[in-house]
Amino acid sequence: MSNVAEQVKKIVVEHLGVEADKVTESASFIDDLGADSLDTVELVMAFEEAFGVEIPDDAAETIQTVGDAVSFIESKAN
Amino acid sequence: MFDLTNKRALVTGATGGIGEGIARALHAQGAVVTLSGTREAKLEELAASLGDRVFIQAANLSDRDSVDALVPAAEEKMGGLDILVNNAGITRDNIFMRMKDDEWDSVLEVNLSSTFRLCRAAIKGMMKRRSGRIIGITSVVGVTGNPGQVNYSAAKAGMIGMSKSLAREVASRNITVNTIAPGFIATAMTDELNDKQRESILTSVPAGRLGSVEDIAAAAVYLASDEGGYVTGQTLHVNGGMAMI
Repeated sequence: MSNVAEQVKKIVVEHLGVEADKVTESASFIDDLGADSLDTVELVMAFEEAFGVEIPDDAAETIQTVGDAVSFIESKAN
Repeated sequence: MFDLTNKRALVTGATGGIGEGIARALHAQGAVVTLSGTREAKLEELAASLGDRVFIQAANLSDRDSVDALVPAAEEKMGGLDILVNNAGITRDNIFMRMKDDEWDSVLEVNLSSTFRLCRAAIKGMMKRRSGRIIGITSVVGVTGNPGQVNYSAAKAGMIGMSKSLAREVASRNITVNTIAPGFIATAMTDELNDKQRESILTSVPAGRLGSVEDIAAAAVYLASDEGGYVTGQTLHVNGGMAMI
């Protein structure tokens, strides 16, 4: 697991209060991890802060799963 | 009760009677206050009379760039924003059949759209901090209607609906969103009424007097306080009984 993925996982676990082993790459924030729409906005804000990236609204809407978040952040970092 | 020490508030329209009263009351409860308005000299005068814990940030709410800059500027000055008071408003009264597009548009823009934009700017920080207070100053006419004010009453009713929806969205984050609906309040504007007009107004007010800016400010202090934390999505009518809703 990449560094980014580990950090994303940590943020998701903290924010949503879910078990770490449920936070798989394919896990959907809303369908699998019990997030509501406000949680997803807050997660995006937390990612922006943790990784120093800007996630515009149109991109944020495409981030549905843990894997989506990791690949978006990695694409920005590279 | 109602201690606002270390709370940071932004009050728009602080150069108007009600805005100034709210700013003074929040400040008196210990809050740090940023005063906003269009008249910079008046803002400076008010700031000077309040002493410390006060900042000013002039803004023209009919200009979207100016609106968008306001919350970030206030947050920078105060290190965050806990209490947003959307008080600024204008009137462009006309009977419905003569109401011009620009009279409609300007009142909706300043009274409603700017409120939306200021809330949007403020809510992010409040979500992060898991606390916040948004207070909109609407009007009794937003609920009862008033001839000659289709634009103003539409904007004020719009604030109420918007506050309720926003209140539902952010209640779980410990952010409350409420409105205060003043009735007839004694301000520079009502000082211009003659005795006959004043008398005719008072026949509709069971309390038999005009309200004071302090009556409104006290309601704002309550809604801004920790003690008011379970009140959200509400409209607090402060009108001497002229409309009981």
